[in-house]
Amino acid sequence: MTDQTTHAVAYTPEDLPTARSFFQPHRIVMMLVFAAFVVCVAVFMRWDWLPRYLPRLGWGILVSLVMLFSTAILGFLLAVPIGLAQVTGPWFFKLPAKVFCTVIRGTPLLLQLWLLYYGLGSLFPQFPAIRQSFLWPYLREAWPYGVAALTISFAAYEGEVMRGAFAGVPAGELEAAKAYGMSRWTMFRRIWLPRAIHRALPTLNGETVLQLKSTPLVATITVVDVYAVISKVRQETFLTYEPLLLLALIYMCLTGILVVAFRTFENRIPTRGA
Amino acid sequence: MASDSIVNWSLLALSAPGWGGVLLQGFVNSIQIAIGGFALGLTLGVGGAFGKLYGGPILRDLLECYTTVVRAVPELVLILLLYYAGTDLLNQLLALFSIGPVDISGLMAGIFVIGVVQGAYSTEVLRGAIKAVPAGQIEAARAYGMSPLKVLRRITLPAMLPYAIPGLSNLWLIATKDTALLAVVGFSELTLVTRQAAGTTKAYLLFFLAAGALYLALTLVSNVFIGMLERHARRGFAEQR
Repeated sequence: MTDQTTHAVAYTPEDLPTARSFFQPHRIVMMLVFAAFVVCVAVFMRWDWLPRYLPRLGWGILVSLVMLFSTAILGFLLAVPIGLAQVTGPWFFKLPAKVFCTVIRGTPLLLQLWLLYYGLGSLFPQFPAIRQSFLWPYLREAWPYGVAALTISFAAYEGEVMRGAFAGVPAGELEAAKAYGMSRWTMFRRIWLPRAIHRALPTLNGETVLQLKSTPLVATITVVDVYAVISKVRQETFLTYEPLLLLALIYMCLTGILVVAFRTFENRIPTRGA
Repeated sequence: MASDSIVNWSLLALSAPGWGGVLLQGFVNSIQIAIGGFALGLTLGVGGAFGKLYGGPILRDLLECYTTVVRAVPELVLILLLYYAGTDLLNQLLALFSIGPVDISGLMAGIFVIGVVQGAYSTEVLRGAIKAVPAGQIEAARAYGMSPLKVLRRITLPAMLPYAIPGLSNLWLIATKDTALLAVVGFSELTLVTRQAAGTTKAYLLFFLAAGALYLALTLVSNVFIGMLERHARRGFAEQR
C-alpha cells in the first residue's frame, strides 16, 4: 500500500489539529453544540451498566494493545527479510516472498483468521505428535491463532513497504560503503538496513493504526479483547447503541494516543525528506 | 472426515449435496456489495472532497469530523454501528410518514455501510488528487466563464483522474475485502457462507482455501483492469522511473 492510501484509510500525525485552531468563532459554537449532544447522550441513554464492566473493559483494552504491539513488532521483524528477499534475493527467495505478499494482501484478514483458527485448529488434533508436544496447551487456546494471523497480515503489508524502502536507498550510498571496503554484511548492517527503516518509518505509523483497526477481528475467534467485552455487554444488557458508542470512543482515544506518540517519535528522528 | 491425503472434491460440486453453488452465490453477493459500496463511496467522496476544498468553514469541519471518525475507528465497529443506526433511523423516518417498518434487505444495508466507510476514504484520496491539479487550469476555466459544475465536469474531474486512480484502485481492493466483515452482522456473503459450509461438512481447510482462491482471483482480475485503466489515464504523462 502506498503512503498516500495508507494516509487515506488511517489517521496520521499530519491530521492532528493544532491547539490554536480550536479558538475560531464557528468552532467554539460547534464544540458547544457537540458538548450539548454529549450531555444528552450521557443523560438520556442508559449508562448504569458501566461501573460493573469497567475492570473487564480495562482488561480488554490491555489485551487489544498487547495484540497490537506484539503483532506489529513480530510482523515488522518478518517484513525485513520479506522486503529484502524481493529486492535482492535469487528467484527461489524472491518468488515465495512475492506470492506471500500477493496472497495475504489479496484476501480478507477475517478469512485468514478463520482459516487458521478453524482450519488448522481442526487439523492439529489429528496428529498425536502435536497433541503430545509442549505446544499443545497453547494450540488449544484461541490467541495464538489471532497473533499468527495478525502478524502474517502485518508482515505482508509492511513487507511491501520494506521492499520499496530497500529499493529506494540511493545507489550512491551503497557504492560509497563498498568503496570504504565494507563487506556485504557490514554494508547491510550499517547502511542499507538503517536507511531503509528510516525511509519506511512514516508509513509505519499508518500501518500501525491500520493494525489497531484490525485487532477487533480476533474477537470473532473468542479472544477476549475490548470488542469482545462490549459484545458481552450488549448480550447481557440488551442495549444496542450505548456500548457501541463507548467502543468507538475507546478506539478513537487509542488511535489518538498512538498518533500523538508517533508524532513525538517522528520529531526526534527527522524522517520526512530523508 | 477430510483425511490429509484425499481431498473430497465433491463437496465443492455446484449442485445440492456440494456447496460450490452456495459459495458462488455468496461470492456474487460480495461483489455486488463491493461494487455498490464503492460507487456510493465515490459519490460521497466527490462531494466530500469538494466540500473540504471549497466549502465554508462549518461544512469543512463537519467533513473533517466524518473522515477522522471513519479513519480512527475499526471498520468492524463502524459496520455494526451503521447497520443498527441506519436501519433504526430509516424505520423511524418511515414511521413519521406513517408507513409501517420495512425489513431492509441485507444487500441494501451492506451497500450503505460499506459506502459510508468508503466515502470517507475516497474523500481523502480525491482531495489529494484535486489538489494535485495545477490551479492555473481551474482558474483558466473560470476565466472562460464556465459555471462551477461545468468546471467540475470538463476540467477538474478529468484532470485529477490520473492522480486519483492509484488511491481509488486501492480503495476498490479494500472494499472487496471489507465485504467479509459483513459476515459479523450475519449477511450471507462469501466469508459467512464459507464458514457455514465448513461447519456443516467439517472440511474447514478445503472451504476456507476455496474462498481464499475466489477472493484472490477477484483481486488479481481487478489488478489487470486497474493496470489497463491506469495506462489509459496516464497517457500523455512523462514516464516516471
